[in-house]
Amino acid sequence: MTGPRVTRATRASRIAMVLGAVTLIVLAAAPWWAGRADLRLMGEIFLYLSLACLWNLMAGYAGLVSVGQQAFVGFGGYMLFALTIFGGLHPVVAIAGGGVLAALISVPIATLIFRLKGAYFAIGTWVMAEVFRLAFAQIQALGGGSGTSLPVAIVKEIGRKKAMRESVSYWLALGAVLCVLLAVYVFLRSRRGLALTAIRDSEVAASGLGIDIWRTKLEVYVVTSALTAVIGGLIFLQKLRISPDAAFSVNDWTAFVIFIVVIGGIGTLEGPIIGTLIFFALRETLADFGTIYLMVLGLVAIVVMLKAPKGVWGLIRDRFDIELFPLSYRVHHPKD
Amino acid sequence: MSALLSVSDLSKSFGAVVVADQTSFEVAPGAAIGILGPNGAGKTSLFNLITGALRPDAGRIEFQGTDITAISAAGRCKLGIARSFQVPHPFEGMTVFENALVGATEGAGLRGHAAEAHVLDVLEDTGLMPKANQRAGGLTLLERKRLEMARALAAKPRLLLLDEIAGGLTEAECSALIATIRRVHAGGTTIVWIEHVVHALLAVVEKLIVIDFGRKIAEGEPRAIMDSAEVKEIYLGVDPDV
Repeated sequence: MTGPRVTRATRASRIAMVLGAVTLIVLAAAPWWAGRADLRLMGEIFLYLSLACLWNLMAGYAGLVSVGQQAFVGFGGYMLFALTIFGGLHPVVAIAGGGVLAALISVPIATLIFRLKGAYFAIGTWVMAEVFRLAFAQIQALGGGSGTSLPVAIVKEIGRKKAMRESVSYWLALGAVLCVLLAVYVFLRSRRGLALTAIRDSEVAASGLGIDIWRTKLEVYVVTSALTAVIGGLIFLQKLRISPDAAFSVNDWTAFVIFIVVIGGIGTLEGPIIGTLIFFALRETLADFGTIYLMVLGLVAIVVMLKAPKGVWGLIRDRFDIELFPLSYRVHHPKD
Repeated sequence: MSALLSVSDLSKSFGAVVVADQTSFEVAPGAAIGILGPNGAGKTSLFNLITGALRPDAGRIEFQGTDITAISAAGRCKLGIARSFQVPHPFEGMTVFENALVGATEGAGLRGHAAEAHVLDVLEDTGLMPKANQRAGGLTLLERKRLEMARALAAKPRLLLLDEIAGGLTEAECSALIATIRRVHAGGTTIVWIEHVVHALLAVVEKLIVIDFGRKIAEGEPRAIMDSAEVKEIYLGVDPDV
């Protein structure tokens, strides 16, 4: 007689994996089948999805509800400009360098703001982002309050022709979202990820079972901040122009990201993906109506929070008990 | 033989409310000790102090001869102290198996298949195997209490602190629980058990400590304690269960 077995993959997850691989191949070939505007839009979708995944890991799992991640989006963007213009680095190297620098500065920031709890923490992160905005507005070499553009010579390092540049920019965004999704997935599947999921559900029980909550949260904060800065660099590589107000916008880089995560399903890996699709579907259909677009977003957010607090994916998961990313463990008995 | 756990002059108060008043006692390795006392006497607070969920105002806690008073709750679990919560704190979004797996990987430091095999044993032992794949958020109160114990056992503790896990059980369920705890104890785990269901407690423990207003008022052999006039007056007078 054999005992019960433990597995993780399910039929749904295997199907999702195959579909994901096919989608990836189709998307990688997009420069050959999609128009210029579509390419730009898809690049933006990938970058927003990356931001949403990272914010979800930080807020949905580690309980760090930050409304100040625009600090790192803007920091990454400014590092792209500073390291290429003054350091003479290749833009891609500069973006990676921005990530490393963001990791370094996130440690002292964390030791400061981790002293705050709940709503105070949220406000603290926002204040920190404002400090970043005001600080970068003081740097005259980077255009001060009015910002600056990426010099043509640096832009040409990405690709000599415009079409080439747009393709490379698109692939970088696709590569970034792939890396972020894989990194988050691999982390959540690991032992540390199990511990983080436990923290999500009950901090008091998690610490009683031997999990160092402060250290786990610090790790998550540093990694998400570094990756957020990388995404910030890619965002401003698409835009080719940066200013303090655009770089550290709480609306663009935090409010919309929170909308995406909450609508899709916070604290799940699938939620941000669904949320991003919903957000862009709404934006593209309602963009012509001006302010009505924002009112509809608000209305959707309120309805989802009242009717489905676990988001659209939470609704689907509770109904069908499925999982696209095989994170769960399942025990099978021999008689099954 | 030196004590596994030694609590000396432990004090803690929240304003005027005293939850521990110069409490001292020792737990020998392999012992099974019961803690009795009326509601609000400071029993759960004592567990919070021992596990590190609360910091004492004064006093000292030693585990295996080392001062652990300044060590975090997580650190104490890694040293071998695990507890069940009186009010269950399940990881609601995770399955029963995953809940216990956290104890096995983080508390006991097990990896991979060794961790999974240990968790399967614990679930079998605590009767939770049929619920292994169910999310903990959907469990009944009794199942949640059993999960509390399973999760603590998965951490392979040297010292297991149980906080009111027998309340509300049927006669048969209670017998099964007593058998489980006896098995754990026979396996070498030291047990300190807070319980209002006195007959369940007496079926397992070899020593009783009685607490009232944060102060230890009696300690000794269970029969002698239950017969003492002081305990009858303070504790048993308000409990029709005995």
